[in-house]
Amino acid sequence: MSRWVARGRTSVVGRLIGSFLSQSRTAAGIVVWIGISIVLGIIIVAIFAPFLAPFDPNTKVGAVEAPPGGPFLMGTDRSGQDVFSRILYGARIPLSIVAVATTLSLIIGLPLGLLSGYAGGRLDRALVLVMDSIYAFPGLLLAIAVAAIIGRGILNISFAIAVVYVPTYFRVIRNHVSSVKQEPYVEAAIALGMPSWRVIGRYVLPNVAQSIPVIFSVNAADSVLTEAGLTFLGLGLPPGIPDWGFDISLSWQRFEASWWATFYPGLFILILTTALTFIGEGLNDILNPLLRKSQKAAVEA
Amino acid sequence: MTGSTASLRAYIITRTLLMVPMLLLLVTFTFFILRVAPGDPVSALYGEHGNPQLIDQVKRELGLYDPLYVQYFRYIRDIFTGNMGTSIVTSKPVIQEVSDRMPATLELTFSSMIVASVLGIGLGVFAGTRRDRPADFGTRVFATLAYNIPIFWFGLILKLIFAVWLGWLPVSGRFSPRLSPPPTVTGMYTIDSLLAADLRAFVDAVGHLILPSLTLGIVLAGFFVRITRVNVIQAMSSDFVEAARARGIPERNVFFRHALRNALVPVVTTMGLTFALLFSGAILTETVFSFEGMGRFVYLAISYRDYPAIQGAVVYYGILMVVISLAIDIVNAFVDPRIRY
Repeated sequence: MSRWVARGRTSVVGRLIGSFLSQSRTAAGIVVWIGISIVLGIIIVAIFAPFLAPFDPNTKVGAVEAPPGGPFLMGTDRSGQDVFSRILYGARIPLSIVAVATTLSLIIGLPLGLLSGYAGGRLDRALVLVMDSIYAFPGLLLAIAVAAIIGRGILNISFAIAVVYVPTYFRVIRNHVSSVKQEPYVEAAIALGMPSWRVIGRYVLPNVAQSIPVIFSVNAADSVLTEAGLTFLGLGLPPGIPDWGFDISLSWQRFEASWWATFYPGLFILILTTALTFIGEGLNDILNPLLRKSQKAAVEA
Repeated sequence: MTGSTASLRAYIITRTLLMVPMLLLLVTFTFFILRVAPGDPVSALYGEHGNPQLIDQVKRELGLYDPLYVQYFRYIRDIFTGNMGTSIVTSKPVIQEVSDRMPATLELTFSSMIVASVLGIGLGVFAGTRRDRPADFGTRVFATLAYNIPIFWFGLILKLIFAVWLGWLPVSGRFSPRLSPPPTVTGMYTIDSLLAADLRAFVDAVGHLILPSLTLGIVLAGFFVRITRVNVIQAMSSDFVEAARARGIPERNVFFRHALRNALVPVVTTMGLTFALLFSGAILTETVFSFEGMGRFVYLAISYRDYPAIQGAVVYYGILMVVISLAIDIVNAFVDPRIRY
């Protein structure tokens, strides 16, 4: 067994963190840090919302549609609820949905991509066809359809969003695996009679792993927008729950009279997606300067 | 050259013929997913507290109690005879609903595509040729924000500023109720009014189109800027550009004849992928501007489990996607001489 272990055993995660930390003072590293700080800030706000929020998010605490100022930092909405308090609590839903959804699509997309790229042949072609059709389908429409079929609820909406992002993992991982598979050291391992699961675990996965954090954060940014789109259309959440997209759906018809109830929740969506994109773009520059080339090749193919 | 044209023609014919089995698969899949999923149109329409006897009767009239295979073959037969059924929610023939609304969505998506291409490619070239300078940085900030902005929120802001506060453009809809719409030829108000030589109607239709297509177009432009910029940078540092410079070709010609043409090939290729993005964005944009297009229709149809409407819409979307991807392939064959079919 030990003759297969040619290199030192540094874990994949350890190496990824190492290469990130070694470049954390470059421009790309700073961009990542900015993104991480903003996302952490929003997570902290979401967790400590009961202590930070000046008012209860679901109670009428003042005049209806009061402009920002006085006790109401961001005004009140058409039900007289404090917009600022609702935004603090409202961070919880997008964050948890996005965390569950992106993790779920990673759990489904990664093994499928590994399998498809490694096995090749008919299975590969069939999976590629299915995934490409999902990829070419309008994402929001797909999420609407899945959400409409499985009903309301935070877990249901996470699942609906996860379906949309499985193909992104699949495509990148699969293309990466099928090129890594041609490398001499992988062919050597196979020739030495190493079982497939060990070849994948020891040689293929570590080479592919570098693209996962990048896809993860880019997908997270995109799925915040999909979540917001779904809840803006009134799908997915039971009434009464503070959520940025859902709050906009309740107040946008009154945009002319009380712009603040629509403007501030949207601003926070933009801040969260931008921060997640910062993480993704920065990591992309740091972890895999080669990935851009392979993505471009995938586009051209 | 004749050889490649002939193979391209063969490719187009094969692809067109392949459309039939692909669409058949798509409608079959949709049909069974809808029947397996919980909920049905009649219960969704009448609500949980509807009269059970009435619901039962309507379901029977719609043939929802027939065996699945009977329903399926009836549905396939109807499609081939051009009968898409009647929308259960609006009680209008699906084919009429679709032909009323599809032109609106096409008008919106094409004008947005124009905005996105002009703005996105223009800014992408601008930034790519000024790499790491302030202009490049500014453009990248714009692209990142445009790409990450919630589209419905962006549309609302544009609407508030330009329609409500400044009053320059109409707030919503496709056409002013005080004018009479042009006679229907394509269903697109802009083109129909031009065909009828009705200038007032044309100005009105374009006015209604500006804000929705700016909303959708600018968001998409963020995506185009990124791809264009990267490809321009790559092309400008490539060997053939070096070679062209070495031959003493003026920088202007180097850029337009050599670098730009090569940089735009991948951009054109990715345009095909952005149509999925466009249709997603169109659902939200149509909602914000009460622009009665397919996005709104499909959304309502899905919410109410309106089987005939969903199935009809899927067929049209399917045809549209297949035609678009074929068109993109053909365009690619022309821009990139390396591609062979």
